[in-house]
Amino acid sequence: MSAASSDLTRLAAHELAEKLRAGEISSVEATRAHLDRIAAVDGDVHAFLHLNTSALETAAEIDARRAAGEELAPLAGVPVAIKDVLCTRDMPSTAGSRILEGWIPPYDATVVARMREAGLVPLGKTNMDEFAMGSSTEHSAFGPTRNPWDRERIPGGSGGGSAAAVAAFEAPLALGSDTGGSIRQPAAVTGSVGMKPTYGGVSRYGAIALASSLDQVGPVTRTVLDAALLHDVIGGHDPRDSTSIPDAWPSFADAARTGLREGVVKGLRIGVVSELGGGTTGGTTGGTTGGTAGGAAGASQGFQPGVLQRFHEALGLLEKQGAELVEVSAPSFEYAISAYYLILPAEASSNLAKFDSVRFGLRTEVPGGTIEDVMAATREAGFGDEVKRRIILGTYALSAGYYDAYYGSAQKVRTLIQRDFDAAFGACDVLATPSAPTTAFKLGEKLDDPLAMYLNDLTTIPANLAGVPGIALPSGLAPEDGLPAGIQFMAPARQDARLYTVAAALEALFVDAWGGPLLAQAPALA
Amino acid sequence: MPSEITPDVVRHLASLARIGLTDQEVQRLTGELGVIVESVAKVTEVATPDVPATSHPIPLGTVMRPDEVGLTLTNEQALSGAPDAQDGQFKVSSILGEEQ
Repeated sequence: MSAASSDLTRLAAHELAEKLRAGEISSVEATRAHLDRIAAVDGDVHAFLHLNTSALETAAEIDARRAAGEELAPLAGVPVAIKDVLCTRDMPSTAGSRILEGWIPPYDATVVARMREAGLVPLGKTNMDEFAMGSSTEHSAFGPTRNPWDRERIPGGSGGGSAAAVAAFEAPLALGSDTGGSIRQPAAVTGSVGMKPTYGGVSRYGAIALASSLDQVGPVTRTVLDAALLHDVIGGHDPRDSTSIPDAWPSFADAARTGLREGVVKGLRIGVVSELGGGTTGGTTGGTTGGTAGGAAGASQGFQPGVLQRFHEALGLLEKQGAELVEVSAPSFEYAISAYYLILPAEASSNLAKFDSVRFGLRTEVPGGTIEDVMAATREAGFGDEVKRRIILGTYALSAGYYDAYYGSAQKVRTLIQRDFDAAFGACDVLATPSAPTTAFKLGEKLDDPLAMYLNDLTTIPANLAGVPGIALPSGLAPEDGLPAGIQFMAPARQDARLYTVAAALEALFVDAWGGPLLAQAPALA
Repeated sequence: MPSEITPDVVRHLASLARIGLTDQEVQRLTGELGVIVESVAKVTEVATPDVPATSHPIPLGTVMRPDEVGLTLTNEQALSGAPDAQDGQFKVSSILGEEQ
């Protein structure tokens, strides 16, 4: 009657939901299949920091409610992995840091509470760079996560655990958080789908803050529809987050389904950013490598050729369906990384001041010392190198005499970047870039070079600075290394639904071209 | 210029941020922060006086809620993660350096 458990882990979340609703499988079976998969492969992947010991009980409760005839939410009974930056009242929430080791919050993040209410089954908490500072998950205090495509390589970051969990079929759905690309870049390098919603579209209540004006929680999944379904669960106004947008949102799942309609991209104007992998002048129809050669000066700088090749092929597919490619320029994007690495450390240095050994987390006693001695010793022992680096950088950027030159200038660049977006969206409906400049690099490769590590966020940071939504989906395997590459679409603020439609349309074209999803080509892990 | 970041500057910043550092960490951070600051200083190239600053991506006004008593954490919950507590309060080391 029930499918083999290994089959259940290969199903997309919406397929699992369908089988659950039809009574073909139970949530206990689906949950057990994923727990078995975690037991089999997570020793190698290390996507999880903590497992939910009551997952099967929760699943059984959902099954009982369904059996009793209760009307359940669309994803009820489907397992989900949760990034460890999100507070969970029944599991430790460490944000990948020693300073919060073992801490169990007394409350749930709003997104977690909404998932529980919708009947999703938390499997556990996923690994991440400490306090979401990083692009490789190597800055986790609890050891790195490995990329399921090649375990010698990074899974992206900071949400490498969530992306690796869905890419390794340990979870059909995961939650991430994205401050400068921490959902989208891991999705890109693991062949997953990741969505950073419009700033204010998803509650940040109970998300351990990194940079409050940039952070946004969102879904990491294997299909666009799954991301939309999860976004529908977690999104919407939350009075507990004063930056939460009070407007009503459309159904993102409906938007994703719209993407499957014939001719939906006909007439869609796709802006290709000259500064971020652009260079479409001269057309890309049928071309595979022309984009890189024909690009504006510097357009291909920092981009791996195979990533650009897959990007331009994706644009070519959409163009064949009637989309119109528009070359747009965003000259201020060149300054985005610099502005980001001033704004983020400045905000983080304030946000992380709460880890002071008083209310939660680690305390390192100093015999005879004052509270300040204890704080300094605690933060020395509890924070890793990257966190110390960014707090001190942020303290510098905010200090008297440098504030105007650094933090003040960075905020002005933020205005310029918003203006670039406004101008671009005057000429197109969505913007497209590669999701990340390269495929997954080797563990340790950039660990000793912070600036090289920061460049991974080249394509993702502008969306955070401007608050606009961005979605990353697989664009194929880069020919030179056989690793996943990604394409990102961005839309004006509050137009998240448009992204789900466009991404679902392209995903369907890819599935046709590849004969199935990209992750079906990933090597077996166990 | 990276010369702005000296070991003494790093020590001072670390003390402001309440982070203890070893001498070795001070040396390493002096070099790393010098390189990073030199790179990010690029923002000053385009941040001209006529450009207004943006502190927040989405324009939102001050948000008020009705002044009603709602559900909050209990005293026990609030203290549940504290390293030390006594009589329903967080317990810390001496604040002013006096004898404990």
